[in-house]
Amino acid sequence: MRRLIFILLVIAICWFAADCARAAELQVPANAVAGQPLSINVSGGGTLYLIGPGQVIKREVKAGNVEIKGEELRSAGRWIAIAGDQSQVFWVKPGKPENLSFLARPSRVPVAKPNVISGVTFVFDKYQNMVIDPTPVNFKLSVGGAGSSKAVTSRQGVAWINSSSAAKAGAAQFVASVDDTEVKRVVQQVAADPCRLTMRVAGRTGDRIIVETEPVRDCSGNPVPDGTIVTFIQTDKSGKSTVDSRIKKGIAHAELPASDNATITVAAGVVLGNELHIGGR
Amino acid sequence: MGRILTLIFAILTLALIAAGTVHKSSTAPASTPEGAVQSLFAQAKTHDWKGAYSYVAAASNVNQEGFLRDLTGRNGSLRTYSQLDSVNTRVLHEAENEAVVRTELKYATAVGAFYDSQDLKVVKDEGAWKVVWPAEKEANVPPQVIPVNYLRWDIVWRGQGDDWGAQNVENPNCRILSMNAVERDGGLIIMGEVENEDTVPAFITVGAVLTDNSGKDVAEESSFDKISHVLLPKEISPYRIDFPGIKKSDVKSVRMTHNWMLVPASADPVIGVLHQRIEKDQTGRTVLKGELLNESGQTVNIPHVLATFYDNSGKVIWVSDAYSDHALLPQTPQPFSVALRDDLATNVHSNRVTVNNYSLNRAE
Repeated sequence: MRRLIFILLVIAICWFAADCARAAELQVPANAVAGQPLSINVSGGGTLYLIGPGQVIKREVKAGNVEIKGEELRSAGRWIAIAGDQSQVFWVKPGKPENLSFLARPSRVPVAKPNVISGVTFVFDKYQNMVIDPTPVNFKLSVGGAGSSKAVTSRQGVAWINSSSAAKAGAAQFVASVDDTEVKRVVQQVAADPCRLTMRVAGRTGDRIIVETEPVRDCSGNPVPDGTIVTFIQTDKSGKSTVDSRIKKGIAHAELPASDNATITVAAGVVLGNELHIGGR
Repeated sequence: MGRILTLIFAILTLALIAAGTVHKSSTAPASTPEGAVQSLFAQAKTHDWKGAYSYVAAASNVNQEGFLRDLTGRNGSLRTYSQLDSVNTRVLHEAENEAVVRTELKYATAVGAFYDSQDLKVVKDEGAWKVVWPAEKEANVPPQVIPVNYLRWDIVWRGQGDDWGAQNVENPNCRILSMNAVERDGGLIIMGEVENEDTVPAFITVGAVLTDNSGKDVAEESSFDKISHVLLPKEISPYRIDFPGIKKSDVKSVRMTHNWMLVPASADPVIGVLHQRIEKDQTGRTVLKGELLNESGQTVNIPHVLATFYDNSGKVIWVSDAYSDHALLPQTPQPFSVALRDDLATNVHSNRVTVNNYSLNRAE
């Protein structure tokens, strides 16, 4: 009986040893990185399969190390290595940040408005794997060279910022960058509502009177864009005359019927300008 | 017997031929002033221009071509896209040789019914009544060069090659400035004003959804053509949405709907609205009259006038519109008239007129 137990014990130990030996046939590194070479130790020969997110690599192997090239190992995430009847799970981390997806909103915004511009950056490696490790992302918003920048550390691959528009109108360069990688967006900062709208009589031609505004600017001094509607209203004994003029080269101009006693007002949108009295006593 | 039958058939055949050939002339001389006007427009309705012209008195001093252009329109105006639908006449004054006939004409046009009213003078001419046609004086624009360095907005949209994060051009920011719901003639009318607050042109639509006391949507309408759809930067347009047959008491709430889109547009033409005044027309209705002046160098074929009326607190109390059946030639004033409800006339403190324009030769 004791001999039988001894024999069974020896068999069990041998089985365990053989099993341990078989497990050692497939060795994968603990810190695989997408885009970097990978070395896998396979004790026996056969076919090695590496199955990852959206990608499968197949190799005919002999005993020893198998080298997987960096450009082959493109997907970060959970991988399974299978050789013969052995398998092992390993994780591939994203590579270093090399791509940014940058959403900048809106594309057009009035000047001097607080928190109206938002920028959201998604950080990816060379193979579009999202880099979820905290990464410093630098945001820079500038018009004509002057502007501000701020560094934001990404969380779960996303970094975002809210910014105010500058007081100066123009095409603002909104840049997000990580190391040497940068993405540019343009945010058009446009003049706000006209401010201190004033007009004057510029002359008379025949039976018309010509009125024109001073250069139309917003409260920050930016010229209001050409094409903006400026309404001139003349009231006299024959009734009311209106002209919806368009700003051209910064000035709106209108021809109204000549009158010996009239009041002329000017407005742009909901902003009123000055009032002129022509003739009369 | 056979000869008699042949003779009878020959006579019968001749009689039938004569009956088919001889008929009462449709351009028979008019025996009454009203008959002359009715006959003239009856012939015009069937496009028998020569027949219609036969009812025009020689004193009119208009040739047939000019008369035809008066009836059918010129310069691609709304009249050129219309068809005379009905004519109502009423004698205002009649003497032995002269009469005045009020003529109300209804045209079917591409934008709905168009009404015109004229007091036509009718005279007895060689025993028959004929119409003294009020020939339109054709405006002749003198040869000239009108510099139009107009502005234009073009748009480059996001392309297929752009990465997914690249932003598209933003739609314009517009705002409904006011909304006023009133009950008129058994229907609910919602009106107000909308402004393009942006620096780019906008194509706008404004609508409304009515909700009843149980919270259910009962009606949905848009302002259709009672609005200027293309608004340039800082431009304000009135809007009016009609819900015929719906009472204000049946409506719990109104939900305004809108859509602002960025569109390519031209800042041309500038149309001045001159000498606006509220007065009574020849039929006694209250109207806003004035003149449109096209300050650009290109003909505006179909002008559409939108008038906003405010009370003394600045609230929009009525929005009215009218198409003109005459084209706006460059630098040539053209009268317009927009109806105003008589019951509101005393409440109107001020008004504002905007003009939509449709031009055949403009590529926008």
